[in-house]
Amino acid sequence: MNETKKKKSIWTNSAFQSIIASLLCIVVGVLIGYIVLLFINPNGASEAIVAILKNFLNYPSQQAALMYLGNTLVRTAPLLMCALSIQFCYKAGLFNIGAAGQYVAGAGACLYTALGLHANWFFCLLAAVLAGGIFGLITGLLKAYKSVNEVISGIMLNWIALYLVNMVLNNVKEVASPYTKSIAEVNHGALLPSLGLGKLFTDNQYVTIAIPLAIIIAILIAWVLKKTVFGYEVLATGYNKNAAKYAGMKENRNIVVTIVIGGMLAGAGAAFLYLTGYEQWSCTQTTVPGMGFNGIAATFLGGLDPIGTIFASYFIQHITSGGAYVDLNIYPSQVSDIISSVIIYLCGFVFFIKYIMNSIHAKKAEKAILATKKVEAAKASDVNVASDDNKKGGDQ
Amino acid sequence: MLLLLQYTIIFASVLMLVALGGCFSEHSGVINLGLEGIMLIGALGGAITLNALGAKAPAGVIVLAVTLVSILFGMLYSALLGVACINFKADQTLVGTAMNMLSVASATVIVKAMNAAKNPNNVSSTIEYFNPKKAFLIRIGGFEFNWFMVIAVVILIGAYVVLYKTKFGLRLMACGEHPQAADSVGINVNKMRWSGVLISGFLGGLGGIVYIVAGASEWKFETGVAGFGFLALAVMIFGQWKPHKIALAALLFGFFRALSNVYSGIDFMAALHLNSSIYNMLPYIISLVVLAFTSKNSRAPKAEGIPYDKGSR
Repeated sequence: MNETKKKKSIWTNSAFQSIIASLLCIVVGVLIGYIVLLFINPNGASEAIVAILKNFLNYPSQQAALMYLGNTLVRTAPLLMCALSIQFCYKAGLFNIGAAGQYVAGAGACLYTALGLHANWFFCLLAAVLAGGIFGLITGLLKAYKSVNEVISGIMLNWIALYLVNMVLNNVKEVASPYTKSIAEVNHGALLPSLGLGKLFTDNQYVTIAIPLAIIIAILIAWVLKKTVFGYEVLATGYNKNAAKYAGMKENRNIVVTIVIGGMLAGAGAAFLYLTGYEQWSCTQTTVPGMGFNGIAATFLGGLDPIGTIFASYFIQHITSGGAYVDLNIYPSQVSDIISSVIIYLCGFVFFIKYIMNSIHAKKAEKAILATKKVEAAKASDVNVASDDNKKGGDQ
Repeated sequence: MLLLLQYTIIFASVLMLVALGGCFSEHSGVINLGLEGIMLIGALGGAITLNALGAKAPAGVIVLAVTLVSILFGMLYSALLGVACINFKADQTLVGTAMNMLSVASATVIVKAMNAAKNPNNVSSTIEYFNPKKAFLIRIGGFEFNWFMVIAVVILIGAYVVLYKTKFGLRLMACGEHPQAADSVGINVNKMRWSGVLISGFLGGLGGIVYIVAGASEWKFETGVAGFGFLALAVMIFGQWKPHKIALAALLFGFFRALSNVYSGIDFMAALHLNSSIYNMLPYIISLVVLAFTSKNSRAPKAEGIPYDKGSR
């Protein structure tokens, strides 16, 4: 047995397959982005795609590059949280498209506690987590007890959250603009603490504990899924809801708890962005922020693995931020959105890519077995022929 | 009040067209979450055509060309769903979501590139079609009407007949209920599902152009179609996947959606001084409540969302 295990090719290793498939998606996605650029204007297309891929490296000075790496990381933290939210629910067989709305709810809650109630950052974060959780709870209850498809209710709640938050934050917006007031000016205590992390990135004031926290939470999620009873039940519900029920797991309770946790993760993600002061909420927004949807890209690109998702989130954010560095007089920055949405689309083919890899390997293995069988059969027939001769000899 | 009626009819016909599209796709067994994206791409095709033809072309040509181009764009875009979900058995929810994101990104890029090519200082993602869209209008008294409403009614009747009275429709529905059984009697499941998806592209694209032409004179493609595709899905579920009920559901949802556009013009509603956000939320809240009450005895096609695998039982 040990020998056969050793012989197992790296190509059949599931983690390795995921990485190859993800890389393939990225390559094709970038290629399609490049083709789009070529169509718009072939003269600067190569520079533009390089600019997108370089992102902060477009700055010649190391200090500036570090500073903008910090900015990319600031936006990676919320993306990672949204991706984890979707992933955690996906493990239980639930497609939490409502993460976008839970994120919006979290943004509304933390900004209002910060600007309206003048609370400390910790309470703002808590409010965001709770708000996200409540939106998750609605989806969860509807799913578990009213069998409303979580995708449809999630989408409805996305829009409800958007308009609700617009309405609430209208009370704490600047007089002259549709944007919410700056946290740094109104309530400095609501900004997430930096603990000196900002100094690492050329005094980037937006780099806070949010970034390490998000990574720790990702590792925590991996641990919960692999090592705890609850994680086991989540996975079991995802594999087969009925089997989980049959095995005595409370599948309805698990559904609700899973989506609530998903909601909390997305809500915290919003706090990780808005409590840094990096962005202000525009109260006249008419589209749901894309963070939750980009989370879908990150989670699938990360091979549905929390650790893989850390890298995938960074990559998605890297090219999204990189979109700003193309020559905006010729190319729209949304080219990078095309790349990331093509990547998500291609992630749908991942199972197929894995299937191909497995079947190629299986064919090779089959050929090897057939070859050895042939050799054996040849040997056996030699013996048979020999014995036939003997028989013939005997008859005569 | 007349304005309310007018908007209700506009929104209801859009919702109905798109919901019927979703209905065909789901009856064949494919969940089409990409309707929102299909609408936007259809609208994009139509808007480009409108803009290119200008106001000088004869009205009949404009109506015909715009409708056909929108339908074509919608169908082409829906092929993305077909390839991934039917031939490659991809996750339908994932692919639908990706299509929605891709539609906004690519429509924005295309329109921006076109605008910039005409005038380097124009970096907006807006297409304007104020004059050519007049070709679609029919005026009866003070009531503005447009050709699309007529098309919508014709399509409603057509959808009902095709789905329940033809061999094709019954076979299509069989593929969404029990594809293995359908296959066993010689129906090509993949072909039927492809038809379902392409019909949803047809109706989604048409719905998209109706939405932007009937409601506005210019469209900013960065904003997508503001959740109308998703609202149409709710209409479809509320209509229990049946064309005639979908039509009624569309009227109801269209009414609430119209309220948010015109409430300030209606005296007693303006007197309530409610925030406009509340009216914007209303259709979504109502659909959630309605779904909560109707989903338990849902008549959803049994095999929807499950890729067809010949080998499985």
